[in-house]
Amino acid sequence: MAQMTMIQAITDAMRTELKNDENVLVFGEDVGQNGGVFRATEGLQKEFGEDRVFDTPLAESGIGGMAIGLALTGFRPVPEVQFFGFVYEVMDAISGQMARLRYRSGGSFHAPITVRSPFGGGVKTPELHADSLEGLMAQQPGLKVVIPSNPYDAKGLLISAIRDNDPVIFLEHMKLYRSFRQEVPEEEYTIEIGKAEVKREGTDITIVTYGAMVQASLKAAEELEKDGISAEVIDLRTVSPLDIDTIIGSVEKTNRAIVVQEAQKQAGIAANVVAEINDRAILSLEAPVLRVTAPDTVFAFSAAEDVWLPDHTDIIEKATQVVKF
Amino acid sequence: MGTKTIENIEGQFEMFQILNENGEIVNKEAMPELSDEQLQELMHRMVYTRILDQRSISLNRQGRLGFYAPTAGQEASQLGSQYALDKEDWILPGYRDVPQIIWHGLPLYKAFLFSRGHFVGNQADGLNVLSPQIIIGAQITQTAGVALGLKKKGKKNVAITYTGDGGASQGDFYEGMNFAGAYAAPAIFVVQNNRFAISVPVEKQSAAKTIAQKAVAAGIQGVQVDGMDVLAVYKAVTDARERAINGEGPTLIETMTYRYGPHTMAGDDPTRYRSEDLDSEWEKKDPIVRFRKYLESKDLWNEEKENEVVAKAKEEIKAAIKKADGTPKQKVTDLISHMYEELPYNLREQYEQYSAKESK
Repeated sequence: MAQMTMIQAITDAMRTELKNDENVLVFGEDVGQNGGVFRATEGLQKEFGEDRVFDTPLAESGIGGMAIGLALTGFRPVPEVQFFGFVYEVMDAISGQMARLRYRSGGSFHAPITVRSPFGGGVKTPELHADSLEGLMAQQPGLKVVIPSNPYDAKGLLISAIRDNDPVIFLEHMKLYRSFRQEVPEEEYTIEIGKAEVKREGTDITIVTYGAMVQASLKAAEELEKDGISAEVIDLRTVSPLDIDTIIGSVEKTNRAIVVQEAQKQAGIAANVVAEINDRAILSLEAPVLRVTAPDTVFAFSAAEDVWLPDHTDIIEKATQVVKF
Repeated sequence: MGTKTIENIEGQFEMFQILNENGEIVNKEAMPELSDEQLQELMHRMVYTRILDQRSISLNRQGRLGFYAPTAGQEASQLGSQYALDKEDWILPGYRDVPQIIWHGLPLYKAFLFSRGHFVGNQADGLNVLSPQIIIGAQITQTAGVALGLKKKGKKNVAITYTGDGGASQGDFYEGMNFAGAYAAPAIFVVQNNRFAISVPVEKQSAAKTIAQKAVAAGIQGVQVDGMDVLAVYKAVTDARERAINGEGPTLIETMTYRYGPHTMAGDDPTRYRSEDLDSEWEKKDPIVRFRKYLESKDLWNEEKENEVVAKAKEEIKAAIKKADGTPKQKVTDLISHMYEELPYNLREQYEQYSAKESK
């Protein structure tokens, strides 16, 4: 076992798969010589050569389209979109093309592509870097959307994503890259895509969350415990498809739930989770399912992001409201 | 020339032609090496495809075909370029480029199923062809990727893609050429300049006098070809292919052509944006007429041969329509099954739901 940050675990996952499968290719803006702007691909070009780990011209649509072409010729591409706010430049290649390749061709072709991209608030980036756009991706049939909350999960999920025969959007929260270390096995292991994890068991309320909000939710759960409220915290890990059994099983036990996301409120993952709970567990509920989210603006200019981003106090407030309903 | 660099460039893009409008060879040294049988085969394909276009238009009007983009006028561009390919080369077509994938091996009934919006029409069955792309230019960046993949796998093959003059305005057009150029990938980008992006004339789409010159900025080869001259198109693609597999990088080929019909059969009326004078000016350049004259002068073609092709085409089209009619109706459950390799819970539930609905 080694102590790794999330970014080290991500690098380790790519190294593992570059070793395991000669068809794995890692590419994007600055990922070669420079090792990526966050050093996610540090050392990989040196270890595996420029044929397998390479820089691209600065054009996101080109990167997405090229990934599809490489997939058609038998490769397993792992392109990086340097910041997920740039995804709008590659929306057609992702949603219009790779997500539909299997469907469009009636199964003749498929796109085993893992699009990695950093996102998430709290690091004072310029505009269009930090936006939580997973809701956009989750609305696209044909894609899977994975968001790890810690180093251990990041490695196991990224290995699964690279091995998956359908396109996976793998979103890496920038605030989590180096915020803490964790024991991460040096050998390979996988975590199944589409499986949530119960991070903390509880009996009074379920907090469904993912990404950086897992830490905030765990902190909130600790404080709620002091007030005599036992909160169960579920880390979705995959936001599309949802792990419906884990969510519903927990709600049937606690009879109450809130959903916490860093993204703005409108549409999005939390809204989908609320709808699924209403569809499947309405008779178990003792209170409405509420959401903790950012407001419905685009991501905050950095001078206001501390207030814009939801935190543990917002979670405590909303959980208390639901428990006391 | 001081700072007026554009003047240095534009003059260098003269249209490459071998066979003129009168069916005369005007560029003997460029004549490709084609046997008499190959010349006849090219004619066969063009005549066949013209008939296919006429029948498709009429089938569409009868409600027996769906989406259809007419091809008459563009046969030399479409078929001369495909004929220069190896069976293992990849084709990434635009929506009008159905003839190329048919001649690359797609069964005719599948082309009809594609038109009818049936997914079986998109199944490639081991052919290196994608189904016609609907988003203008999306296939161009994918072509750079296929070409790079072929190079990485050590294959002596190319990826060829097609778009129109309208497609040359898309960002993906520039990104695709630039990527392929940067990696010296074996790609061929064919722009069939039929002078109109639906209704907008090429002069209003760009200040550039040619589309071929756009290759210069990407640092790749660019050539403008008479797109009504099947020999010139064949030769240009053969040369581009040769360079590509020798590691000399991609080529942009602009073929000067014209579509006689509407943009698609879904209500486009070309009389709103094209004059009769322009139509008849281009009909004089017809690719089949001039190639027929040439082959007749060499005693390689006659009315009997032509009638045989027409009869064969009609017969095969009839059989293909019958086969398309006999293909099982498309089901929503078929579509659900092809969203992912393994269905997630929501699609599993919906599969059951639609399965019940469809078995009623």
